[in-house]
Amino acid sequence: MSDYLVQFNNISKFFGKVIALKDVTMKLKKGEIMCLLGDNGAGKSTLIKTLAGVHKPDEGEIIVEGKKTIFDSPKDALDMGIATVYQDLALVSLMSVTRNFFMGREPMKGFPLFKVFDIEKANQIAAERMGQIGIDVRDPSQAVGTMSGGERQCLAISRAIYFGAKVLILDEPTSALGVHQASVVLKYIVKAASQGLAVILITHNVHHAYPVGNSFTVLNRGKSLGTYEKKDISREKLLSMMAGGEELNKLEVELQEMNRSSS
Amino acid sequence: MSTKSKSIEKKTDFNQDERLKKVSKLRLLLNRPELGALGGAILVFIFFGIVAGDTGMFSAYGVLNFLDVSANLGIIAIAAAMLMIGGEFDLSIGSMIGFAGICIAIPAIYWGWPLWMSIIFAFSMAVLVGYFNGILVVRTGLPSFIVTLAMLFILRGATLAITRLITGRTQVPGLRVLIEDDPLAWIFATDTFKWFFSWLGSMNLIALRTDGTPLATGIPPSVIWFIALAIISTWILMKTRYGNWIFASGGDKIGANNVGVPVGRVKISLFIGTAVAATIFATIQVLDAGSADTMRGTLKELEAIAAAVVGGCLLTGGYGSAIGAAFGALIFGTVSMGIFYTDVDTDWFKVFLGAMMLIAVIFNNYIRRKVTESK
Repeated sequence: MSDYLVQFNNISKFFGKVIALKDVTMKLKKGEIMCLLGDNGAGKSTLIKTLAGVHKPDEGEIIVEGKKTIFDSPKDALDMGIATVYQDLALVSLMSVTRNFFMGREPMKGFPLFKVFDIEKANQIAAERMGQIGIDVRDPSQAVGTMSGGERQCLAISRAIYFGAKVLILDEPTSALGVHQASVVLKYIVKAASQGLAVILITHNVHHAYPVGNSFTVLNRGKSLGTYEKKDISREKLLSMMAGGEELNKLEVELQEMNRSSS
Repeated sequence: MSTKSKSIEKKTDFNQDERLKKVSKLRLLLNRPELGALGGAILVFIFFGIVAGDTGMFSAYGVLNFLDVSANLGIIAIAAAMLMIGGEFDLSIGSMIGFAGICIAIPAIYWGWPLWMSIIFAFSMAVLVGYFNGILVVRTGLPSFIVTLAMLFILRGATLAITRLITGRTQVPGLRVLIEDDPLAWIFATDTFKWFFSWLGSMNLIALRTDGTPLATGIPPSVIWFIALAIISTWILMKTRYGNWIFASGGDKIGANNVGVPVGRVKISLFIGTAVAATIFATIQVLDAGSADTMRGTLKELEAIAAAVVGGCLLTGGYGSAIGAAFGALIFGTVSMGIFYTDVDTDWFKVFLGAMMLIAVIFNNYIRRKVTESK
């Protein structure tokens, strides 16, 4: 039971008459990467926001480390160690790496009532943390705007981990990235999981999800099509389970017929 | 948590990174927002040094004269810059100056309040106005440009209407006699380092009046306030948590909110800052002139924003510096006074002001692209 670090049981969410989510269940152990797959409009965003404490689920329960909890705000979720890295990453491109890393949670030094932002310590930690994931920030006071998309993603993830995340929810971390950049980010995600974090990786890209995931949950039109261990499902099967998969098969058949008739 | 302590133990000295040294001092300087304003200020001084070097502009009296003008503008420009870094505008600064002046003069002259109480009253009103501006912008999500433009008209109109209602005119004179022995007014009305100027005078190093006292009697209070505000604001921006929140709020308010920065509170406090700075400006001027004028401070908000922009602030927020705004104010103050010492007609000052701002915006835009461009 308390094997699981976090459990989302039968989560449902309604917006008026619209059933955005119905009976979605996900369970994660330490060190596990669960990939949440689904086409656009499958309910991924609603699910993330429910897990992150932005929305309250209308049905179902959230159990963190064996304790049933209700998140009233994103801060509640964060305090329980559930950190979400959204697509916009919450990075300010004009600010330095260090200032972004510690944004809202600056380390302080000095006497009470006269505390100042300990920028030397912050610089050192930021450079060290980025160094650990193989990103060499020569100068932590350089603006985040000078970093590549993959590096920014890694910075946002690294920041969440540094501030005590146990469960990491990543919203399409690779969608805006090139092949090489995506592989850097995915490598980092695997490394984070191997250090004992549970990761929920939201994506519509099976090719990114399949190599790194331990289990896969497919979401379609607000419902879960089930959770599968990696050994139980193939990449092709996953692809076809996502709504796009069948359509693509159909498209392929149609195109073949068109080719045949034209030749 | 164990990973955190482990990483601190394993302290690698990143300052030893050999590639860090390749970044030259010059390059680091180029990345500072105030660079343009610093360069501009140096150019302005070189220019007047050549054109007006022997005219008395750079005598003690002349220097204090243009420093005083720069300092007055600088006080509001620094506050405007802080607010702009936080991502908002305040167009009501000029009207707040007029309003604050009246808030001091009417209670002191017509209601018989002691001067110190009137000054405290004016500052309390400033906090209220700033809070109102801030809460309106934060709660409605409307552009601060519009909200404070409305406040520009409301405050100026109210200042005029209330003053005429109570006094029957638009000016309130007679404050000078109240300054002496007031426990608070001296902070806004005392020249400092008088002994130094007396000494300079006695050594015949600076110009004297016919009665033997020096022409320049001391550093005006505006200059002291200006320098103090520049230092404190720069310290806040660079060294405090609140400073980081200002940059974050202006850079990306949604992102900042997501990581726990109280964006609303930061913005409201910055609006209070501009209103309070306007009141400091007003108090110094009212006590210096001995009278309050309902039209005082007209168009000052635009000069303050112009100085902040010349000082490196981006109109989109999240970038800029307080010391840059101080240099921007110094440029405008020096040129506006210096132009009297040249043969150039003073009408050209506004042309210069506009051109300077345009150049600054183009330059800043280039810098921003430089800073944010991807590898």
